[in-house]
Amino acid sequence: MKMTYEQAIKRLEEIVTMLEEGTLSLEESLKLYEEGARLSEFCHKTLKDARQKIISLNEVENND
Amino acid sequence: MQTPFILTVSQLNTYAKSVIEQDENLHNVFVTGEISNFVDHYRSGHLYMSIKDSTSSIKAVMFAGNASRLKFKPENGMSVIILGRVSIYERDGQYQLYIDDMQPDGIGSLSLAFEQLKEKLAKEGLFSQENKKPIPRIPSKIAVISSPTGAAVQDVLNVLGRRFPLSEIIFAGVKVQGEGSAEQICAAIEKINRLNAADVIIIARGGGSAEDLWEFNSERLAYAIYNSRIPVISGVGHETDYTICDFVADLRAPTPSAAAELSVPDANQQYFYISSLMNTVVTLVNEKLFDCESDFAKLCESKVLTNPISIVDNCEAYLESLKIELFESADEMLNSLSANFSLLCSALDNLSPLKVLARGYSMTKKDESIICSVKDININDNLEIQFCDGLAKAKVLEVLK
Repeated sequence: MKMTYEQAIKRLEEIVTMLEEGTLSLEESLKLYEEGARLSEFCHKTLKDARQKIISLNEVENND
Repeated sequence: MQTPFILTVSQLNTYAKSVIEQDENLHNVFVTGEISNFVDHYRSGHLYMSIKDSTSSIKAVMFAGNASRLKFKPENGMSVIILGRVSIYERDGQYQLYIDDMQPDGIGSLSLAFEQLKEKLAKEGLFSQENKKPIPRIPSKIAVISSPTGAAVQDVLNVLGRRFPLSEIIFAGVKVQGEGSAEQICAAIEKINRLNAADVIIIARGGGSAEDLWEFNSERLAYAIYNSRIPVISGVGHETDYTICDFVADLRAPTPSAAAELSVPDANQQYFYISSLMNTVVTLVNEKLFDCESDFAKLCESKVLTNPISIVDNCEAYLESLKIELFESADEMLNSLSANFSLLCSALDNLSPLKVLARGYSMTKKDESIICSVKDININDNLEIQFCDGLAKAKVLEVLK
């Protein structure tokens, strides 16, 4: 499933919290850094490319 | 004199009723007074009461058809203005007022109805803060319930599009004024919940008179909002307009635009927020790297790695010092032993029997045993007397005790 913007932000906040605790090894820290960089880029791009999408409630029902 | 005309009770009541009903003044009469003995006959829907002032009272009834159109709930002690007609209830001969319509005296019926419903719902806990659901920080989907032709929906869409276009809008077009509006809004709320179609619901309607906004004071709507799993933001009317919908909603916004603002974060601030999160990540990882580097540098500077031969040197020096210590303590021990020895030798010398003999004492032996007592000697025993420089043999002539 594709990650939502909200999930990405939440994960990024989680990464900050984990790094702040300072108990991770260098290798783990570097891995989190890479993940953080990917998430931050994803969030930026998602926000930048966002176009308002409007559908009617009736369509929602028909889609299900 | 004519024979008296004798009437039955029914005839009398019918006659009296017809007399009263002929008087047009009593067909449409406005009466003011205070309600007492109020009975809401829940099965029929008819309302029974007395209307009184300080000295008089009249029975009154309001039939279900008229009663259902009342916006407020009559109560004992309430001052009212009544439009009705006067007649007699033949069965009981009861002279009474038949109420067509009724208004609270002094305060409008709508505002009274509003206050009454507000009080009731407040008692039932529909407005209490602990029942309010939190508004999601970043909703993926926002349901907007509004009139498809109103300005309110345009305001909401503009704000959402400008502030946070990422959130998808689910639009539910409904009537927002006049009878049946509340019903449509309830249906939309329930459908959105059933389909789990959104993370937050905005109910939007522009400003209007109290009558225009009346449907937002519906009890049924209040419960639909209260029972919604999905949090509801109310953006109904202008800042100064308060409806039941505002009170029961999880968040009340002063206008539709404000409701939109409150439902999403600002994308520009989000850019900033993402950057600040990432900056923190970079700073923390750099700190970690720096710590590891400095640990490594410290390790590299240690003697073991910079001058490994020094360990051998150290061992040699230690060995040398041990050797010196060993010699020194061996010397010390020898010295103390020899000092002790000469001490013992001189003590031994002092105790030597030869030294005692030299001072004039002598030692007597019999059969190679030293004699210490005269009891061991008998007359004619052969003895040996030892002097320091020789030996004499002797014979015992006499033993004296």
